[in-house]
Amino acid sequence: MITIENVSKWYNPTFQVLKNCTTSVDKGEVVVVCGPSGSGKSTLIKTVNALEPVQEGVITVDGLTVTSMKKDLPKLRSRVGMVFQHFELFPHLKIVDNLMLGQTIVLGRSDDAAKAKAMKMLERVGLTAHAEKFPGQLSGGQQQRVAIARALVMDPICMLFDEPTSALDPEMINEVLDVMVELAKEGMTMMVVTHEMGFAKKVANRVIFMDAGEIVEDAQKDDFFGSPRSERAQQFLSKILAH
Amino acid sequence: MFADFDFNVIWRSLPYLFREGMTFTLTLTAIATVGGLILGTLVALMRLSSNAVLSTFAASYVNLMRSLPLVLVIFLFYFLMPYIGQWILRADAPVQVGAYTSTIITFTLFEAAYFSEIMRAGIQSIPRGQVMAGYAIGLNYREVTRHVVLPQAFRNMLPVIFTQTIVLFQDTSLVYVLSITDFLGAASKVAQRDGRLTEMYLFAAVVYFAICFTASFFVKRLQKRISIIR
Repeated sequence: MITIENVSKWYNPTFQVLKNCTTSVDKGEVVVVCGPSGSGKSTLIKTVNALEPVQEGVITVDGLTVTSMKKDLPKLRSRVGMVFQHFELFPHLKIVDNLMLGQTIVLGRSDDAAKAKAMKMLERVGLTAHAEKFPGQLSGGQQQRVAIARALVMDPICMLFDEPTSALDPEMINEVLDVMVELAKEGMTMMVVTHEMGFAKKVANRVIFMDAGEIVEDAQKDDFFGSPRSERAQQFLSKILAH
Repeated sequence: MFADFDFNVIWRSLPYLFREGMTFTLTLTAIATVGGLILGTLVALMRLSSNAVLSTFAASYVNLMRSLPLVLVIFLFYFLMPYIGQWILRADAPVQVGAYTSTIITFTLFEAAYFSEIMRAGIQSIPRGQVMAGYAIGLNYREVTRHVVLPQAFRNMLPVIFTQTIVLFQDTSLVYVLSITDFLGAASKVAQRDGRLTEMYLFAAVVYFAICFTASFFVKRLQKRISIIR
């Protein structure tokens, strides 16, 4: 579904954020990307739908080469759901309008069809009662669930999550993770940047560990948690799982 | 102390002051605001564009307009516009533009520079994540600008835009240099015809103050009402 081959990215000639990264995500697979801050994991996931351009390497999604795409890029992006750390709902639009914008403009659905779909997805994330509210009136956890619904209304072929729970208060993390677990169980292809190792253990097929712009480890979940090969991954895990 | 004054002159000239003078003042303010906003938004988008030619042109335009006194620009355009018109239309002789049309074009172009700076600040105040989110659901640059960035930018900027419009309303009085009958121009003409300078200018001051003060009051109320809950 997603292939990333020899991808490198520089922010300026001297600072390299991604170093020759290669990995892939199969259809129906859930891949968790973890690593210390500044390791390039958020940058990597944003290269998949070309929100971050890369200087070297090839990325494909569903057989289409993202890295050389120009005109059809918006169309491809509409089929790749993305959830951000800070939700990024459109604050000037009601919840239901947040969910309708992409459907009507990009997919050309009628207002009625778009609204029906929006309400269906809101029901799914348990927020039907909030349809007519504005994002600012919702809690962080609710906003993030709306953000997931906003991605789902576009009928995505895969979903990218960029630290979806990092900006949330602890008591709200689970309501978001529950929705994600549900999605994973339904067979959605997912690439998830997160520090939630509980989530990784529960639903991930594979875990990718990044450090300093490199993919240091790319292993099946049980291998990763059981016996990480690299020393850096061992250190990371011992720190993050210490409590 | 007002014994020597004849305030009746105001009463007598009211129809002329408002029907002719204020009508032009308000028309000029309205056209320059709407035109300046549209043009200013375009200039702001050009200035923020990654295209070096567009952004340099926009920046030069804004800097030029903001570095010249408005009175000078009004004069300059009044004398230059016939020749510019001749050049654009490839006419044989300078095109007669007239003081009214000339001031309307001048104010629109001049205000565009100021509005573009307001719009630029408004556009830049929208977090990058909002743009990313727009792109992520498949919107293109134009759609993100139209549906995500500009509505938020306008809302953030509305109070500043209205305040600028109030300033513009006052600045329109500068058209007196072309002897146009705006509100102040009308008052001035009556004042000189009847020799009642103090009364007329005092009255004009009261009217300008009343309008601007009331408008500012409503801008403040509006500011509270439209602010987006974040």
